[in-house]
Amino acid sequence: MSAFIEKTLRGFSSASEYAASAELLASGGGLLQDVDPRVKVAGLFGLVIVVAAARELRVIGAIFAVALVLAFGSRIPVVKLAGWVWAPVLFFSGLIALPAIFLTPGSSVFAAGGLTITSQGLRSAAFLISRTETASTLSALLVLTTPWPRVLRALRTFRVPVVAVVILGMTYRYIFVILRTALEMFESRKSRTVGVLNPGDRRRLAAASVGVLLSKSLQLSGDVHLAMQSRGFRGEVYLFDDFHTRAADWCWLAGFAALGFTALWWQR
Amino acid sequence: MHIPDGYLSPATCATLFAGSTPFWYVSLQKMKRALNTRMIPLISVFAACSFIVMMFNLPLPGGTTGHAVGVGIAAIVLGPWASILALSTALVVQAVFFGDGGITAIGANCFNMAIAGSLAAYGIYRFIAGRAAIQSPRRVVAAAMAGYIAINLSALLAAIEFGIQPMLYRDAGGAPLYAPYPLHIAIPAMMIGHLTIAGLAEMVLSAGAVAYLQRAEPQLLRATAPGAIMAGSDQNGVTTRPLWAALAVLMVLTPLGILAAGSAWGEWAPRDFSDSATRSQIASASSNTPLPAQAPAGLQKLASFWTAPMPRYAPPLLKSAGWGYLLSAITGTGIIILLFLAIGRVTRWRME
Repeated sequence: MSAFIEKTLRGFSSASEYAASAELLASGGGLLQDVDPRVKVAGLFGLVIVVAAARELRVIGAIFAVALVLAFGSRIPVVKLAGWVWAPVLFFSGLIALPAIFLTPGSSVFAAGGLTITSQGLRSAAFLISRTETASTLSALLVLTTPWPRVLRALRTFRVPVVAVVILGMTYRYIFVILRTALEMFESRKSRTVGVLNPGDRRRLAAASVGVLLSKSLQLSGDVHLAMQSRGFRGEVYLFDDFHTRAADWCWLAGFAALGFTALWWQR
Repeated sequence: MHIPDGYLSPATCATLFAGSTPFWYVSLQKMKRALNTRMIPLISVFAACSFIVMMFNLPLPGGTTGHAVGVGIAAIVLGPWASILALSTALVVQAVFFGDGGITAIGANCFNMAIAGSLAAYGIYRFIAGRAAIQSPRRVVAAAMAGYIAINLSALLAAIEFGIQPMLYRDAGGAPLYAPYPLHIAIPAMMIGHLTIAGLAEMVLSAGAVAYLQRAEPQLLRATAPGAIMAGSDQNGVTTRPLWAALAVLMVLTPLGILAAGSAWGEWAPRDFSDSATRSQIASASSNTPLPAQAPAGLQKLASFWTAPMPRYAPPLLKSAGWGYLLSAITGTGIIILLFLAIGRVTRWRME
């Protein structure tokens, strides 16, 4: 069987599994699960910006430690967090950061075999990896502790246009519809294929699958439009806002703000 | 290609977000006017489709596989404005929900891939495809070039964004705070991967999907092919006449090449190394790098391997350099046209 079909199927399956696990974790109990989504969006995105603006490694390290505590409190399994976030980020950013250790000019820390490790290079690599790991962990915390529709509704509080919120919501829903279609297309092809496809046929199959998906998507969008119209959709969109901010949520907001300002003050 | 958090400074991210906003606004307004109530489902479903297309593992020549963004085919099927919205939405969902690309870098990723990519792909596709019939092979070539150039433009923009970081942001000890490589490293590092693997993946996807749609769903290619000639009608005289005229003008203008002083860099003959005037020209054009005293042995040996019938565009039978250039242009063009006519004839014969 062609490896590319297997690889594509694995990619589709892992995306579905991640979404299902995220939904399960978000609907369970935990520290962050009980917080108003608007507070979480403001607090966690605010911390991502603080991490992006940090000029000291200790500041990034401290925020990463807080993110770890929040993950433990929210009952997110560390093994899953490592598999979904830390390992892929470390692999990707590590590959990019590694040559910087040698290529960044600066004061030598270690030299052997014509290669010189500089202290500036080490710091630069540490900045890149720690910043990426911390920001990715914070982003994952939001998604793993909040159902996606509630994240989107929270965005309205921050003046994100209602059309954008609706499109993002529908996109998320139809990703899984089209994912299922693509999965079935590849599985049916896999079940009909005996032996190994030659490279040209593999490319034709992949490109034709994209063409079929585009065609099916156009048909689906037409069907969805008709369904929306039959329910009275005339172009105006209204979203229900059922958020209730409690005293605890205000405390969380104050906590996120205090953490952010302390981090910025610490590196002055 | 998806820039994660931490690679770009907040100022760069904010600038690119601000740069993307007018394009999103214009796209939204254009789509609202054109589609009215159809806009939301169409953009949503196509954004979901783009998301899935980005997950496809494409088999590439050489046995490797690669992922494409799908910017070429999105711009060709949807047009540039809907493509900007659909790809931007897919990129936002990828960044926020699946952690592919950073939240702070959403503006940068959308600018590079969704906006610059879509506009470039659409422009190149329309330019190369012209008014060719929907089923014309020219559209497949146009789609291939559109996908390839668009993804490489996106990569170049990302490389420039990476490359300016160490120039602008360093800590007190001189360590780069964000992407650590300067432009002269960031650009080749990004472009090597995109000119080969990623560019090829985008090319295969765009060309293959257009070739499939030509056979199965040609109406999906209509939106970005205004004035396309229907299949079966005679299009040769209509679409290629301006090209023939341009070719004739270029041939007439070839003697202008005589005006260029000196010899072309790297096109030296062995005798140029013994002529003092030419030697000084070569040295000044090569950052004053010292030249060898004689022509390199390999150059001397291989230079006599083949003697061209019209050396240096100066056929021996003509005394005037200008007429020599013109005759060379006519001969060269004629040989290329005859060669392609022969290839076309053989291909048609094999298909029949």
